[in-house]
Amino acid sequence: MLTGIKRVAKAGFIGFWRNAYVTSSSVFVITVALFVIGSTMFIDQLLTVSLKNLQAKVDMNVYFVPSAPQAEIDAIRNAVAALPDVASVTLTSREEALSKYRQKYQNNEVSMQALAELDDNPMGADLAIQANQTSQYESIARFLEEKIEQTSPQTVIADVNYNENRPAIDTLTKIIEAVEQTSLIVMLVLILAAIMITFNTIRLAIYTAREEISIMRLVGASNMFIRGPFMLQGAMYGILAGLITLLIFYPAMVWLGPHTETFFEFNIFSYFVSNFAYIFGVLLGSGIVLGLISSILAVARYLRT
Amino acid sequence: MIYFDNVSKLYNDGRSAALQEVTFQVDPKEFVSIVGHSGAGKTTLLKMIIAEDKPSHGQVFFESLDIHQIPRGKLPRYRRKIGTVFQDFKLLSNKTAYENIAFAMEANGRSDGEILENVPQALALVGLDDKAWNFPNELSGGEKQRVAIARAIVNQPDIIVADEPTGNLDPIATYEVVQILRKINDLGTTVIMTTHNKGVIDELGRRVITMEEGRIIRDDANGKYIL
Repeated sequence: MLTGIKRVAKAGFIGFWRNAYVTSSSVFVITVALFVIGSTMFIDQLLTVSLKNLQAKVDMNVYFVPSAPQAEIDAIRNAVAALPDVASVTLTSREEALSKYRQKYQNNEVSMQALAELDDNPMGADLAIQANQTSQYESIARFLEEKIEQTSPQTVIADVNYNENRPAIDTLTKIIEAVEQTSLIVMLVLILAAIMITFNTIRLAIYTAREEISIMRLVGASNMFIRGPFMLQGAMYGILAGLITLLIFYPAMVWLGPHTETFFEFNIFSYFVSNFAYIFGVLLGSGIVLGLISSILAVARYLRT
Repeated sequence: MIYFDNVSKLYNDGRSAALQEVTFQVDPKEFVSIVGHSGAGKTTLLKMIIAEDKPSHGQVFFESLDIHQIPRGKLPRYRRKIGTVFQDFKLLSNKTAYENIAFAMEANGRSDGEILENVPQALALVGLDDKAWNFPNELSGGEKQRVAIARAIVNQPDIIVADEPTGNLDPIATYEVVQILRKINDLGTTVIMTTHNKGVIDELGRRVITMEEGRIIRDDANGKYIL
């Protein structure tokens, strides 16, 4: 058994080394396939992060009247925070609102004078709400409307800005959904094409070895003894292609990192470095699986007859 | 040792036949030549022995074993009892002469020690000790065929099946190959060979089976090439 494994391994290595043309073309094709798979991963990550950033910029504000009692404000805040669609709720108190105003208009004398004329703090508290998804703002808005109707609204809530932001939120929701769906389809098609090309290249490579396979059968080699070296070669194509792909990605990521930082607010190089083990595993694993399965399928044809 | 019992092989159209009602026996240690024009059924007959082809009717036995009843998984084990030599040599092109011969032993599950001992012996027997590390494309036709013969005999098979082994060789190489086959036969291995070469047959002076249109038309113990 051990001798058999040793011989299969040796034959696999010799085949890998001596059939330089077949090896290089197979490795090249798997590298292209892995490059597509890797790029898909990175693009997906970029899209996810930039969509998340975009979503984080969308929020909904509830403005309270200055005279709103704190108990009522707290009740509304707690009720909104308890909604399953709500990701976060940030309450800005009247005092905080005033100091923000002062800070913002500190160089504007007219505003500061107007403020000084007043006896009381004119600012109301406000509540910034973030939903888990942009599509959920509508249900939160509905909930707030109901709340307004139930309580004596005029005395507490001055305004909810959802209706003003609504067209923007709706458009954004649609864009996000469309981008996610399209990118999913495009990536699936690309990955499928890459896999098909790999399968066919290795099938052609092994087609050239069909005579060899028939000779091996004639001298009484068992199917496993014939298949083994081809499987090993397939796996080795995958490993080598995986390593080459990583070597190509590394400088590409170094170069792209600052650009993605500016454009997407996400450094792809940092992502590459911090998730290196995962990316390494996915690329090498996909390479090995691609090479191995293509070899098994291709050899099986000539062992069947 | 080999027994063909009323064997016929029809082509897919069901009418034309490669073999028709062929019955004959080969005894251990015999050297049998099969002659006939192209298309007479010689190669089909050999393919039946190595289980590469199946009869439409009749049975082929190796000792008491019905060859075509052997399950597919057990065919490699059966084929290891037979050494095969072909007109086009059928060597593994990316392996050296030594590795080609060693491969047959590895496939047979022989130990590394046996391989180290027997491969040089087989190479010496065919006179190729100095070409052990050459690849097939670095060898002449005669040398390639001698490597193929060394590969065929290295596992000490019960029988050697040779399909036109001299078909691609010049007269000198032909003579050498036939002498090697004769030597192997003298050492006790049964040899079944197909050939077109009148000189080879007449020089051998062994049993000759003559075929025509899929039938055996003559079977002489000390035959000549008569067609």
